[in-house]
Amino acid sequence: MKKLINRPEDVVREELAGIALAHAGRLAVHTDPHWIARADAPVAGKVALVSGGGSGHEPLHGGFVGPGMLDAACPGEVFTSPTPDQMLAATQAVEGGAGTLHIVKNYTGDVMNFEMAADLARDEGLTVEQVLIDDDVAVEDSLYTAGRRGVGATVLAEKICGAAAEQGRPLGDVAGLCRKVNENSRSMGVALTSCTTPMAGRPTFDLGGDEMEFGVGIHGEPGRERRPLTGARDVVEALADALVEDLPYRSSDQVLAFVNGMGGTPLMELYVVYQELHRFLDGRGITIARNLVGPYITSLDMAGCSITLLRLDDELTMLWDAPVDTPGLRWGA
Amino acid sequence: MSAGGAEVVTAAGVIAWLRAYAAEVAVRRDELTALDAAIGDADHGVNMDRGMQAVAARLQDAANGEAPAALGPLLKTVGMTLVSTVGGAAGPLYGTLFLEMGKAAAERSALTTAEWAGVVSAGVAGVQMRGKAEPGDKTMVDALLPAEAALRAAAGSGASLDTALRGAADAAEAGMRATTPLVARKGRASYLGERSAGHQDPGATSSWLLLETGARTLADAT
Repeated sequence: MKKLINRPEDVVREELAGIALAHAGRLAVHTDPHWIARADAPVAGKVALVSGGGSGHEPLHGGFVGPGMLDAACPGEVFTSPTPDQMLAATQAVEGGAGTLHIVKNYTGDVMNFEMAADLARDEGLTVEQVLIDDDVAVEDSLYTAGRRGVGATVLAEKICGAAAEQGRPLGDVAGLCRKVNENSRSMGVALTSCTTPMAGRPTFDLGGDEMEFGVGIHGEPGRERRPLTGARDVVEALADALVEDLPYRSSDQVLAFVNGMGGTPLMELYVVYQELHRFLDGRGITIARNLVGPYITSLDMAGCSITLLRLDDELTMLWDAPVDTPGLRWGA
Repeated sequence: MSAGGAEVVTAAGVIAWLRAYAAEVAVRRDELTALDAAIGDADHGVNMDRGMQAVAARLQDAANGEAPAALGPLLKTVGMTLVSTVGGAAGPLYGTLFLEMGKAAAERSALTTAEWAGVVSAGVAGVQMRGKAEPGDKTMVDALLPAEAALRAAAGSGASLDTALRGAADAAEAGMRATTPLVARKGRASYLGERSAGHQDPGATSSWLLLETGARTLADAT
């Protein structure tokens, strides 16, 4: 393992110390327990947005804290859900009198910890709604699995719900928009190499030099199958075809196309992927009305990418375009 | 098994049990993580070790000061400590186990075998409520449910505390071993589908270890 860290057990604490120093004045980083809030929280009368998850997916979630997006983020240990005391502390602190929405990625640990946090917050008299994000089509959604995983749509939901909250929309509307983003989003990723968690110190899975894991999860979970790695065009066609068929996205749909880097793939390759995606969708009569290209929901040092499509309407497009001012996403501000 | 063991479960017994469990988890940390690497996300040993070290530190404080005589508050402290330190799915599940045991034990300071069986049943019911797992889903429930049933049966037949705890540990071990051929239906292992068969479940393993440590320590302290 080659990583620019000190001791593996100190990675999250030292990362948070770095975030606090780098974004002093914009973010307030709390320890014991860990949570990151926008410096001006609580914002009176605004629905508060709280998310969180294991560390190792940066900039998700802490990098999306700020005006127009999240009020607070709760980082867990690497690839490990945060704990209910973190979400409770964050919710109590950023609640502005209009209730709090928890945006939760659908993983067993995250779901249980957020459920316990919501129970505790409601015991304190707080109003909390939770929406699960489960956009990863690689997983068969059935009674016999934990359901589809939450991946790229999380970034889009945090942005769009953040804009709606900033505009003063009530909790029910913001939660409804979150569900709408989730329902209209589909994602899938590929890994060209495994990630290596600092504590394990070795790759999470073994992949041959000429193989890819097709449908990989953001913690290195297995995908649909292992395939020989071919060119970007083949990979994008396979990913995009799975997404388009699943929703399905139809000719004349307007979409937001999000090409996400897993952490170890250069932006150069992500743009190669993007132009292939553009070509593919064009062939299906689907218009890319908005796009996002870059590493926004990563898997440590994994090489690979994921593609997320969100079917847009006027409301979602307007909220996507609204100002946002966070370390990870910033425009119009 | 100890011939001179106590016939009631007390706070001292619970403290001895969980300190011994913390030591066992530390020793088996890499083993638990390796089981999790095969079908999960390779953090079970690390997470349980972090949580049980925190529990052990709390219990050390309790042992140094005025040890709480009442079992309920003691078990709830253990549960809250696990909830706030373990993370993942194991944190809420083990946390809920002890929180519900604490609720059931309430202000009692000594529990008979039958009463302890009732407390354990409440805890296991809490785990099922939180995780929504059924027997055969390849989870910790596959070790806990047989153990709970064995404990209740032993208590019903008037067995000694020692004998009842040993029976529970053995039932947990059998349940743990039976997870190996199962296809996982809960948690991250379920993403593997058929590929999860052939691996022993890490959560069932840490649960068996909890029961096994209990059989060796819970009745000894007075």
